[in-house]
Amino acid sequence: MKNPLLVFNQNGIYCPKAKIYIDAWKPVDKVIISHAHADHSKYGHQHYLTHPNSVPIVKHRLGNINIESKEWGEKFTINGVQFSLHPAGHIIGSSQVRVEYKGDVWVYSGDYKRVNDGISTPFEPVRCNTFITECTFGLPAFNWKKQEIVINEINDFWKECKANNQTAVLFAYSLGKAQRLIANLNLEIGKIYTHGAVENLNELIRTYKNLPKTHRITRETKKEDLIGNLVIAPPSTHGSPWLKKMVPYVTSSSSGWMTFRGARRRRAIDRGFVLSDHVDWKDLIQTIEDTEAKNIVCTHGYKDIFSKYLNENGYNSFMENTPFEEEEIIENNV
Amino acid sequence: MFDFADLVEQIDKTNKTNLKVKALEKFFSSASDQDKVWAIALFSSKKPKRSIKTSDLRVYAAKMAKIPLWLFEESYHIVGDLAETIALVVPETKESIKPPTLTQLIKEIKDLKNLDEIKQRDYLINRWSHLNYYSKFVFNKLITGGFRIGVSQKLMTKSIANVTGIDQDTIAYQIMGDWNPENTTYEQLILSPRKEDFIYKPYPFYLANPLDQDLEKLGSSSNWVYENKWDGIRAQLIKRNDEVMIWSRGEELVSKQFPELLEMGNYLSNGTVIDGEILPFKSGKIGSFNDLQKRLGRKNVGKTTLENSPVILKAYDLLELDNSDIRNQKYIDRRKSLEKIVFSLKNEKLQLSKYYFFKNWKEVETAHCQARINKSEGLMIKNLNTIYKVGRKKGDWWKWKVDPLTIDAVLTYAMRGHGRRANLFTDYTFALWKTNDSGDRELVTFAKAYSGLTDKEFKQVDTFIKKNTLERFGPVRSVQAKLVFEIAFEGIASSSRHKSGVAVRFPRILRWRKDKTIKDANSINDLKSLIHE
Repeated sequence: MKNPLLVFNQNGIYCPKAKIYIDAWKPVDKVIISHAHADHSKYGHQHYLTHPNSVPIVKHRLGNINIESKEWGEKFTINGVQFSLHPAGHIIGSSQVRVEYKGDVWVYSGDYKRVNDGISTPFEPVRCNTFITECTFGLPAFNWKKQEIVINEINDFWKECKANNQTAVLFAYSLGKAQRLIANLNLEIGKIYTHGAVENLNELIRTYKNLPKTHRITRETKKEDLIGNLVIAPPSTHGSPWLKKMVPYVTSSSSGWMTFRGARRRRAIDRGFVLSDHVDWKDLIQTIEDTEAKNIVCTHGYKDIFSKYLNENGYNSFMENTPFEEEEIIENNV
Repeated sequence: MFDFADLVEQIDKTNKTNLKVKALEKFFSSASDQDKVWAIALFSSKKPKRSIKTSDLRVYAAKMAKIPLWLFEESYHIVGDLAETIALVVPETKESIKPPTLTQLIKEIKDLKNLDEIKQRDYLINRWSHLNYYSKFVFNKLITGGFRIGVSQKLMTKSIANVTGIDQDTIAYQIMGDWNPENTTYEQLILSPRKEDFIYKPYPFYLANPLDQDLEKLGSSSNWVYENKWDGIRAQLIKRNDEVMIWSRGEELVSKQFPELLEMGNYLSNGTVIDGEILPFKSGKIGSFNDLQKRLGRKNVGKTTLENSPVILKAYDLLELDNSDIRNQKYIDRRKSLEKIVFSLKNEKLQLSKYYFFKNWKEVETAHCQARINKSEGLMIKNLNTIYKVGRKKGDWWKWKVDPLTIDAVLTYAMRGHGRRANLFTDYTFALWKTNDSGDRELVTFAKAYSGLTDKEFKQVDTFIKKNTLERFGPVRSVQAKLVFEIAFEGIASSSRHKSGVAVRFPRILRWRKDKTIKDANSINDLKSLIHE
């Protein structure tokens, strides 16, 4: 492509015309942050720009940084290049970045999903010439069930644990998945208890977004308080001494990877629920159609396979490497 | 109604043994008798014959999923299981209906064989469109054969025992052998088996546990003996009603593969069952497992093979004597009877696996060090007074393997892992140095391995592979030769079938040698020097 608006270099995704990065992975001068997960909002940049809903979380993680915010749809110009943020639906505040210069429009998706999860502002497709998309789950084997169905499965699991006088432990990302579950699970079944890492974020998010009441697990929390209730904890607590307090517990995990039987079995988790904050196969294809883009840049996940598929279907597609982590493989230490 | 697909779903949804047993009990107390028989057959790896080509399945599934075949194949590589892949990619186009019973499904699948291709396809598409995920998965598993879904035979026999009140070991015995689920009733198989049904059954094998404690903890050395642990095929030689059978530990009838052992068995008295190891044995020496493989794959063993790869039975236990089940006798008593049989038969095809008394545990340690020289893969430590138990039972039979052989090799190719590791390159090919005819050193493939690293290490290697790919061949990538790993393996033998000239058994990664460069990796000659002739 001649004079690409965005290039992938050793520091991050770069707009040479505007001299600004997006989700840079090495320290740079100016950066636009798509969302507050640790691998997308790194420490060490001079100037940060992101959506207001991401600001408190980024600040909470990175401390006293130089940060400004832009509302979704609010246009701003840097060195003659027009930028705007648009909701991506991945987690609270997550945004796509639209870049326009002399009629050429590029959109960087960041991480995204099409389902309205009740906590992140739903994804809005943005028309563009070139769409940079993640394809973490870019395989036809990934087809998400409706959110209500999965949430019901988790509610049923919780009820079952309660009936057996057990504590239901649900491993989930501290930022994103945890709040999505809290916002959707049926609190008539019992109380939701949280690990400190989760509750710190809950408290922060409650300052600008409604979130049902949850209870922080502290040293004073008793085993008996937890039985019959649901505990949300980061995946890194799986197998740790911290979990001992929950005995007798049943463990579960919710992630796109739970699609595979092998993934559920080998992780030594009792139950696996297929609930992802990324797009599945059909939504990925739908989104590409919705953007009307002809050039598709694939990053993340099964990019080689998905890119080949797009090229066979009339798109001009290529792949770029990013060091972003894939769902559930890491835990963000927020 | 709790059908077989429900059972598979319940089992799949838990990691807890007691919940699996509960699900199995529910099935075995509510399913139809014929479905129960089929479930027992499937869980004891008796699979229905494949009646349709898997290549056809892939084509139809890709078509239904509206994806190109290559994309289906890529998905299959990543999911790692054909039945699961089809269940995942094929959409539920119509309302799902209650699937037919297990027995009905198996019958339909069997009948597929007689249909033409179009009718086969229509049948599959119709079934696929109407089944929900688990029913579809089970249906596909029935078609592709093989049903390993986390239910051990032990779990199954336990559940049946709980439901019927019959002793678990008795059930394990009843379901041994070559019964055909198509013409066996639950009554016959489980509830009231006839005496004559046992004529063709082997006994359940008694299996040892790996030694996981200090020898001294086993108590007084005078209660124990040791034997060599042979690296062959565990088998029972059965002579009853003037017929000889050989059953492998994998519950396969392998009589035809070992005609010389059948011949030898003819000289035994009726009502004799010997437990032992089939070993390659040529010119008075025990060969390597590799020699045995030449015998296994064949339907009929010809004269040349018999001459080139002869075998013996190393006998170590006697389970039946004069038509009586003697498994409840003490080990030492069974051994005495076994010795009498072997000595009186005087047949070179039947040899005793010697056992050794010892004064102190130190002697056992010394013997363990000598094991490889004796062409064994370690020691078996057996309690003198133990009965012959059913399955893997801890306490009286221990196996103590010798430490594996190791070599430093270079990572040259990588493939994506399956299931949990689906997004990572975790299946590796390793190479060793070889000096070619023009005197240059080149890397020659010698083994594949995909286990032994931590998740973190796999991730690091994965990143390396993605950055250092030279070429792609479907799911496989050739990788810049840079990383060195220590590879462990159990046995080693010369092989003309392998490019390296050497075949190794059970290769796996022992550790990542970050301290070594590829120059420091070993050579094929180093590997060959490990072969004991």
